[in-house]
Amino acid sequence: MELTREEVLHIARLARLGIDDAEVDRLQSQLSDILGHFAVLSQVDTDGVPPTAHTVAQYNILGYDEPISSLSIDAVLSNAPEREGDFFRIRAVLE
Amino acid sequence: MTIDVCAFTIAEAGRLLRAKELSSIELTRAYLDRIDAVDPKIQALMTVTGGVAFDQAKVADAILARGEGHPLTGIPIILKDVLCTKGIRTTCSSKMLQNFIPPYDAAVVERLRTLGAVIIGKSNMDEFAMGSSTENSAYFTTKNPWDTTRVPGGSSGGSAAAVAAGLAPVALGSDTGGSIRQPAAFCSVVGLKPTYGLVSRYGLIAFASSLDQIGPFTKDVADTALMLNAIAGYDPRDSTSVPQPENDYYSCLGDSVRGMRIGVPQEYLAQGVTPEVKAAVDAALKVYEDLGCSIEECSLPTTDAALAVYYIIAPSEASANLARYDGVKYGFSHKETDSMWQAMEKTRAIGFGSEVKRRIMLGTYALSAGYYDAWYVKAQKVRTVIRREFDEVFTRYDALITPTAPTVPFKIGEKAADPFSMYLSDICTIPVNIAGIPGISIQGGFHNGLPIGLQIIGKPFDEKTILTLGYAFQQVTDWHLRQPQL
Repeated sequence: MELTREEVLHIARLARLGIDDAEVDRLQSQLSDILGHFAVLSQVDTDGVPPTAHTVAQYNILGYDEPISSLSIDAVLSNAPEREGDFFRIRAVLE
Repeated sequence: MTIDVCAFTIAEAGRLLRAKELSSIELTRAYLDRIDAVDPKIQALMTVTGGVAFDQAKVADAILARGEGHPLTGIPIILKDVLCTKGIRTTCSSKMLQNFIPPYDAAVVERLRTLGAVIIGKSNMDEFAMGSSTENSAYFTTKNPWDTTRVPGGSSGGSAAAVAAGLAPVALGSDTGGSIRQPAAFCSVVGLKPTYGLVSRYGLIAFASSLDQIGPFTKDVADTALMLNAIAGYDPRDSTSVPQPENDYYSCLGDSVRGMRIGVPQEYLAQGVTPEVKAAVDAALKVYEDLGCSIEECSLPTTDAALAVYYIIAPSEASANLARYDGVKYGFSHKETDSMWQAMEKTRAIGFGSEVKRRIMLGTYALSAGYYDAWYVKAQKVRTVIRREFDEVFTRYDALITPTAPTVPFKIGEKAADPFSMYLSDICTIPVNIAGIPGISIQGGFHNGLPIGLQIIGKPFDEKTILTLGYAFQQVTDWHLRQPQL
């Protein structure tokens, strides 16, 4: 299972993860090696087997339609790298 | 007065508190003194919370003075730095959260505060709980108290080492693929991963949401039962929390194990298990036989594929969970860039360490168009097969016994260059997370002064059986009484 350099760069772009040339080389080799070990999955017969995303039954959590207190704006913004008034300040999304 | 706290259990410290032979303030001071003296050697703690601790100890003493309280009232506790603590820095041992101060407490922290426990520190861990050695902390590597040239296990290595070294009688960790049980085995303490859904994950910084579960480290099984009583319970804020009837896990201790049926899955004794670990498991099985249990070999044939299932599912969920670290809302933010996308990529490049990046890449790959069915969906299907195999063997057995880890603790740096060899150290614990069932690691012996752990696996929500079995073992063995010399 060999990943190409382009595939590694493509995955990094999808993950919004900046990686330098040395990391590309290292990840190409390590991810290829790890995925190679995972070929064992193809040996398990899963015909007709449903996937399990969670081991416990999932159900809706219903709450009463009553207002309750939440974190204050100051608490929510207390860890913000940049703040302007009651907002997170970010760089322009549209150039 | 000098108080030697290193061997104290919760039960022992609680008895002294209730007998008024010791105050919580004195107990807290004794543990903080021990942290001062010992922690520089093992580096188990990320943050020491002396001020908070004395405030809580004072409140606990007032409760105890009225003759009230809970077994945990006034007891010092250490929390893995993945649990949100209101007003106390919570780093996940990552540069990404270096200055993060949560505005709220995790559900388990709320419960412990309400019961009067005293938070004395936050423990070091593998960054975002990814790792098996605590070498992936962005800050420093915790050392194994039994041999400081070796790892304490991971990712909750700081919590395990802290309890082993007597820095607190109890600590909390989180277990995604073995991150409580494997370090418990490496440090010779008890570590429990409860059934998925039994303990609320609200306020646990997410790694792999369908696998993560919070659990305690203690010196003995009786203390583990006390802790489970304190932290288990339904929480509507966690959509995966399961409503269960109130259980008293402590009261079952001491029940006879005579007639219990124990299965020994043979696949767990292959996979690189060393002769000394196998010998310790065999000796433990003989103990159970003498206690009147029936022991039988059994098979979980798809165990071989569990590692692959885990390293597809966990990174996939991690890649989604860690998308929140974008440098906008909290955490590290790289500002010397004009473009929003460049800033985000730089933030994540600098903020995350190499293991976290590797897993985000692995997960992003498994979820990407063209590979989703071949990797992610296939892994989820094999997960079903593994769960069904556990369901089937549990129609014949009350519990399963295996090694916790295939080897004794390895040397610091020994596996750092080869991620896959590191991944193999969780091979005995990972299937339990995949199936969502409970597992406990208890002290199972030593080889050349290095600890060996014994894993007892139970049916879903049947923590009582594995605690009863663990407790019975500790009544007739003394491995759990040994302390490292520090």
